[in-house]
Amino acid sequence: MATRLGKQTIALSKSVSIINTATVVGTKESEGPLSPFFDVKMKDAEWGEETWEKTESKMQKEAAKLAIQKSGKTADDIDCAFAGDLLNQCISSGFSARELGIPYYGLYGACSTMIEGLSLGALSIDGGGMNTALAVASSHFCTAERQYRNPLEYGGQRPPTAQWTVTGAAAAVLENGGSGPYVTHVTSGKVVDFGVIDQNNMGGAMAPAAIDTLCAHFSDTGRSPEDYDLILTGDLGRIGREIVINMMNSNGYNMNDNYGDSGCMIYDIEKQDVHAGGSGCGCIAVTTCGYIFRQLKDGKLNNALILGTGALLSPTSSLQGESVPGIAHAIVLSNKPGGEG
Amino acid sequence: MPENKNKDYLNYIDKTAPKSPMLKNVLLAFLIGGLICVIGQLIGDFYQKICGLDTDSMRTAVSVTMVFLGALLTGLDLYPKIAKHAGAGTIVPITGFANSITSPAMEFKREGLVLGMSAKMFVVAGPVLVYGISSSVVVGIIYFLYKVLIGG
Amino acid sequence: MQYLNAFWVGGLICAIAQILIDKTKLTPARILVLYVVVGAALGGIGIYNKIVDYAGAGATVPLIGFGNVLANGVKKAVDSEGLLGVITGGASAAAGGISAAVFFAFLIALIFNPKAK
Repeated sequence: MATRLGKQTIALSKSVSIINTATVVGTKESEGPLSPFFDVKMKDAEWGEETWEKTESKMQKEAAKLAIQKSGKTADDIDCAFAGDLLNQCISSGFSARELGIPYYGLYGACSTMIEGLSLGALSIDGGGMNTALAVASSHFCTAERQYRNPLEYGGQRPPTAQWTVTGAAAAVLENGGSGPYVTHVTSGKVVDFGVIDQNNMGGAMAPAAIDTLCAHFSDTGRSPEDYDLILTGDLGRIGREIVINMMNSNGYNMNDNYGDSGCMIYDIEKQDVHAGGSGCGCIAVTTCGYIFRQLKDGKLNNALILGTGALLSPTSSLQGESVPGIAHAIVLSNKPGGEG
Repeated sequence: MPENKNKDYLNYIDKTAPKSPMLKNVLLAFLIGGLICVIGQLIGDFYQKICGLDTDSMRTAVSVTMVFLGALLTGLDLYPKIAKHAGAGTIVPITGFANSITSPAMEFKREGLVLGMSAKMFVVAGPVLVYGISSSVVVGIIYFLYKVLIGG
Repeated sequence: MQYLNAFWVGGLICAIAQILIDKTKLTPARILVLYVVVGAALGGIGIYNKIVDYAGAGATVPLIGFGNVLANGVKKAVDSEGLLGVITGGASAAAGGISAAVFFAFLIALIFNPKAK
């Protein structure tokens, strides 16, 4: 049985491993600093499909297939897939699952979806009902842009607080046992809304949720930031990252040394003209499944706290003047198995 | 909900968020917006002096031509590239109006020529027509009453 | 001289919109609505035509000019047709621009596809 720590954290009792991962990214991401850690680099935004929605779905499907293959398994070995994306009704995930033939739960956690999927997959395995699970998430700049913002050819100007949606999909195969890296803890986040209305400042809108989950994690586990080699948030970007460092400091946690944000890592912010950094489900998904997974495998990292951060708004809620609610889910990835393992 | 804490936070992010480079933006909007108007003037002079159109027809012809150029540059993916630097300099001229109609038409073509392209055409520019035409009716009513009552 | 006037007046109208975008968080769509309404109002009281005389395309090409065209059209139509002109005048005067926008947008969208950024 898993152990409940405090109010929001669960310490897993079994050793649940990420057996292997796969990532598919777009052109801008392959030109970024994390490029060496990605598996499939698309040559264009279409990847041979008629619509970008189809492309995104294909990205999920190919990432899932490759992750399963790299794990030495077939689709039949996977008990369940937990997948999500940003599009209305999660069509990228549903349409990809249509072809995978794996039992499927569709998730919506905005840009935190990958970590939500890893959390639920790990907990399902820990509960004993499943042996192998798949977590998948994706985002595509072009599909997100037309759903949330303006047509691509519209001549608008992005403010400096705006972020760039990552074109990327990632999948991870989780299994009971295995040789790690292990998911040892899951901290489920609350929806936190400090009333930020500006859609173009997602970092500012989501930072309070990240801080809330971080504080909950540290207080539930009795750990502190120094216990981790790396603390990584999803897509707070340059602005959100600064806020987290400052506000965690005033909460008595020093995050100056070992804290990164994948929105700041995936692009060369200055050269690639992405304003405040990357965002989207794909951001934390490809960073975790590409870069972080490799670092853990190579022993360059041993213990990492990964937070997926999401903004739970819709175009309708924004038009109706609602503020932007944020959410953050955290998992601990460690080379040392959790529980009795 | 802790109201004060939120207010503090909103003030805090307002202060820390990087501001748009105003001076540069305004200068570029001025230069490029001005330049587009000069092009309009050039086309107008051509229509008036070479083609011999009267002033009213010339103005309409300039609008039509500028709209065409805006739409074409949008199709060629050049308009958004200029707009990234020009900001309001490319939004405010009538070429920007053309861009705001052409860009959703292109974008939503994949959802069909009727319910996609045509239905979404005015998703950005629609309000300009609604408010423009409505204001013209209001102006018309006032002008009509003015004539009837004061006898202009 | 006309070119210089067109340049600085047109540029100034755009620069004011840029200040509004950067300073007030008004979205571009709202600013365009504001401009067209202001143009119709200035046209209604007959001021804007003076600016057009001075700056030419510098005053007609920005969207305020579109509002002015609508207002001029409606006044002319009221003069010639009376009450019915209240409804028909604005849109008839702007018909060239609107029809061009619809048709060219249609044509261009048929030919070109949007490009990923």
